[in-house]
Amino acid sequence: MSIADDRPAARFRLSALIYDSRYRAITIQILFTLAIVALFGWLISNAATNLARLGITPSFDFLWNRAGYPVSMTLIDYTADSTNGRAALVGLINTLFVSALGCVTATIIGVIAGVLRLSKNWVVARLMTIYIEVVRNVPLLLWLLIIYAVFTQVTPGPSAYRGDNPSAHMWFWHSVAVTNRYVALPSPEFWRSLGNIDLGIFKVSIDLMALIVVIVAGVWANRRYLRRVTRIQEATGRRPTTWWVSTLLILGPPILLLAALGFHLDEPTLKGFNFTGGILAPNSIFALWFGLSVYTATYIAEIVRAGILAVSKGQTEAAYALGLRPNRTMSLVVLPQALRVIVPPLISQFLNLTKNSTLAFAVAYPDLGGTLGGITLNQTGRALECILLMMVTYLVVSLLISLAMNIFNQSIRVKER
Amino acid sequence: MTDKPVAFFRTDMLPPSEPPLSQRGVLKWMRENMFSSIGNGAISIITIAIVIYLITLSYPWFAHSVWNADSVRQCMTTVSSTWGEGASGACWAVIRATWNLYLYGFYPVDQLWRPDLAFILMLVALAPVLFSQIPRLMIWFTAIFPALGYWLIWGGSFWVIPAILAGFVVAWIAYRLLGTILGSAVGLAVGVVVAILWWLLLAGPTIDGLSAILPIRLPFVESRNLGGFLLSFIVGICGIGFSLPLGILLSLGRRSDMPLIKTTCVVFIEFIRGVPLITLLFTASFLLAYFLPPGTTFDLVLRVVIMVVLFSSAYIAEVIRGGLAAIPRGQYEAADALGLDYWKAQRLIIMPQALKISIPGIVSSFIGLFKDTTLVIIVGLLDPLMGISNAVRANVAWNGIYWEPYMFAAAIFFIFCFGMSRYSQYLERKLKTDHR
Repeated sequence: MSIADDRPAARFRLSALIYDSRYRAITIQILFTLAIVALFGWLISNAATNLARLGITPSFDFLWNRAGYPVSMTLIDYTADSTNGRAALVGLINTLFVSALGCVTATIIGVIAGVLRLSKNWVVARLMTIYIEVVRNVPLLLWLLIIYAVFTQVTPGPSAYRGDNPSAHMWFWHSVAVTNRYVALPSPEFWRSLGNIDLGIFKVSIDLMALIVVIVAGVWANRRYLRRVTRIQEATGRRPTTWWVSTLLILGPPILLLAALGFHLDEPTLKGFNFTGGILAPNSIFALWFGLSVYTATYIAEIVRAGILAVSKGQTEAAYALGLRPNRTMSLVVLPQALRVIVPPLISQFLNLTKNSTLAFAVAYPDLGGTLGGITLNQTGRALECILLMMVTYLVVSLLISLAMNIFNQSIRVKER
Repeated sequence: MTDKPVAFFRTDMLPPSEPPLSQRGVLKWMRENMFSSIGNGAISIITIAIVIYLITLSYPWFAHSVWNADSVRQCMTTVSSTWGEGASGACWAVIRATWNLYLYGFYPVDQLWRPDLAFILMLVALAPVLFSQIPRLMIWFTAIFPALGYWLIWGGSFWVIPAILAGFVVAWIAYRLLGTILGSAVGLAVGVVVAILWWLLLAGPTIDGLSAILPIRLPFVESRNLGGFLLSFIVGICGIGFSLPLGILLSLGRRSDMPLIKTTCVVFIEFIRGVPLITLLFTASFLLAYFLPPGTTFDLVLRVVIMVVLFSSAYIAEVIRGGLAAIPRGQYEAADALGLDYWKAQRLIIMPQALKISIPGIVSSFIGLFKDTTLVIIVGLLDPLMGISNAVRANVAWNGIYWEPYMFAAAIFFIFCFGMSRYSQYLERKLKTDHR
């Protein structure tokens, strides 16, 4: 038995760096790294020369200087005397706020539209197809501009609500007024408020914290209760009636707490030419929120539809064979399986929505790009630092969102052996 | 036997009777698709009622359209004089009056034939790429078009075209000469270096020399005069054209066995996908000047195109990576067994399959890119949505007009984006090789 050993001699020659596939990988990587290092070195040396020539030393000191401009929507305390850093924080919180709102509503609209597009009802299915195709084939910027134009051009001015016979009427039992500059909403207030905790950077309402704790506790107690009921069912074969206990456990404590704190709504009222009291939310947040939701929902709808179609028909037929009704089949058999297909692309849609919230500039919503990347950048001229800070912030936010959603994805994955 | 005559017997079959009215035709269809249950019926009726309400609400506005006017005020007077006081009507005259602005931005009016010609030639150049029925020789025109289009839009000396193309020819000659002697990798590297040297050092003097001999030139048009859909198309087409090859390289890099290359590609892709396009455009507008040798200025449109290409290529790389992951390992092993080297295996076996799988994702990235071209407004370029519409409204005659320009822009974007998605479906059907 003779197998020719055609491996080349182990002796290393210089030409092996190009011709021998064992060494070529190393050559290529070294050359590639050298090229990258050279490129970055060149860029950085250029930047150093340019900055020295212009007499700029990169520093983030400007973040602690007075900002000097007002911001139209602030969820934490902010005045024109606050620092640039605080303005950036206000912007970041606004970005996160509108993104969170958008993700929730986009998911709701998207799931509904996706399921309805598969409906057997021809009218509804066609209508949803039209909605999805029209909205996703036109730039988001245009939808934002259109919705913003509706809010600013079609709605009446605050003065239209004046007088005994006003030309405009408030909505929802005289509590919400849509004007061409802001939407006046009732604000939640407490007669016997517990006050705020000052965390240094921003204040947290103890009332809100207490409410969250009570709700979480109620949900937890309800889960314990349901588990106990299931045990009873397994032992005796009969399931006790649960709905009223569950309702009490979930809704009871929050209602009691709200009553104890003296919860009431402070409705906006017209004083002179403007509304006072309540919350005066700028129109820009509604335009941005609605625009992002409606636009992203079309993508989510397609994801949901693809997810449902990915569940094989045999699953549905098996469920019918077991005697499950169509609704139960959807909720118990199809959706849990579709969810596994849906969640990964859904994550990237949430990320897209967050990144698309930078289109806030079109409606003058003060997001991170509007405060740090907008007015602060223009006032201080610190383009390098501002843009760097913005990029890093968005990167961190994106990574955090995908981390959180990946953990969720792990928890709903098929548990295989 | 009785000879009692048989009163009657049937000699032929009766024709089958018509199904009942509810089981045929439109009624059956409506019953099955709209009124299959009480709930479904209610939903259908409510939906139809809402649609009819919306149509009746917006119909007069469309029906009372004014196509000829010089200002919003004239539109309003025309509508109220024709249709009575208080009637509302669309003022499409604004589109007629600002047509050139929407299509070309502030491109010099006497030169408008250039973008028109470039657009038509672009369609000709795209035809052989998009449809396989077109003669293959046309692909040579497609290869020339980028340089030709550049010359038509920006102008300058005609000799720019051969100067740009000569770089590729020089690179190809170097590759063929050295490739056979020193191996394809070295040949390729030398070819690229030679081409870059040609463009940087020799192309300029060559253009000057040839212009001196035979001056053929178009008036130069500055980038800040570009705008509207012309700008969207330039950014979009360049983005699409360059981001696909870059995306393929990045996806290959990310799946490479070489750790350094893989890490670089992963970092690049994840960084780009983690930041919004607007921050990259900001970088193009504010920061790029810092990172170039002092005194270098280069065109804002070019800077924006580079950023858009980088942005889009990261997304396309991820789409193609999905396609690569879907290819069975046996395909790679078969390529190895045939003795193909890495690039041949990729070109002949892996990529055709991976790209076919990723067509829907690639096209939706392209659609996203085309829609994102409107974001160039953030760096002060005149996009067709905000930039041009603001410019139109800045004119006193058209102040306060909102819906018509937006609907016009939306319609154009819809046509092209919807067209692209339909084309991708056609391509998928055409390339389908499974027998299901």
